[in-house]
Amino acid sequence: MAHVDIERMLRRALAPVDPPERLKTRVEATLQELTDAAVDELDGWELSAMRDPRNWVRPVVATAVGASAGTALVVLRVRQERRKRAAAARNPLDLAERTLKAAVGEARKLARRD
Amino acid sequence: MDQPDKARLDAEFSALYKAHLRDVYSYAYYRIGNHHDAEDLTEQTFLQAYRHFERAQAESDGRPLRPWLIRIAHNLAANLYRDRSRRPQTPIDDTTVLSAMHTTEDLVEGRDELARIIAGIQELPEERREALIMRFALGMDNREIARAMGKTDGATKVLLHRAIKQLQTIVTPA
Repeated sequence: MAHVDIERMLRRALAPVDPPERLKTRVEATLQELTDAAVDELDGWELSAMRDPRNWVRPVVATAVGASAGTALVVLRVRQERRKRAAAARNPLDLAERTLKAAVGEARKLARRD
Repeated sequence: MDQPDKARLDAEFSALYKAHLRDVYSYAYYRIGNHHDAEDLTEQTFLQAYRHFERAQAESDGRPLRPWLIRIAHNLAANLYRDRSRRPQTPIDDTTVLSAMHTTEDLVEGRDELARIIAGIQELPEERREALIMRFALGMDNREIARAMGKTDGATKVLLHRAIKQLQTIVTPA
């Protein structure tokens, strides 16, 4: 296999991979959770570093995720359980991880149902 | 930070996210070898990036931030392996990779060669494999790869050359 062929084959073998929709859903839910946490409970924690994501979450979601019914349902379900997770979380990132897991769980439930 | 500054930073992070979600996910997928962990890694990468965005932007001096994002993903992947003390659970999903081929002719004529390349990539040392992922999956140039890997441009050029050379040796029948 000639050198040039190797590079050609590498471009095929390592073709970019599109992220799945469920990942975008997870990002949306997690960032939304951070937004709510920033507003309601976590003011003054590490938000000097994290800043208030309200100004960018929604544009990102609107353009990158879209407003599918499935996405909305996952977010709704995840948000319903937010108080419990907030009570159990040690800090905002821990809360974000818990939210992430919840979003994945809900997305999987939805996927199984479809 | 006042409101206009924050709004500007947030808008810029939004643009960064939209521009590079696919890059980060592609890197994570080829680095780790399965979609499940790649999704976790991508998510965590953007969370960390958001936390440190302001500083990174200040230190970037106007240079593109993609290498910085990939470096975050690289560090998180290293942590993942260290935490789990294991290699990737599964090899690269050949069917997904093969599906990226464009024509029926490719599928017929290139399948064996492609399979050899994929297997060969798995045999490379980690650093060489990473450099190839950045070059061929993400289309990064030498300078970007150097920044992502913390190397000089010259060392990166040598690294890529050796990676391709070694791969060629692996896939070429004796």
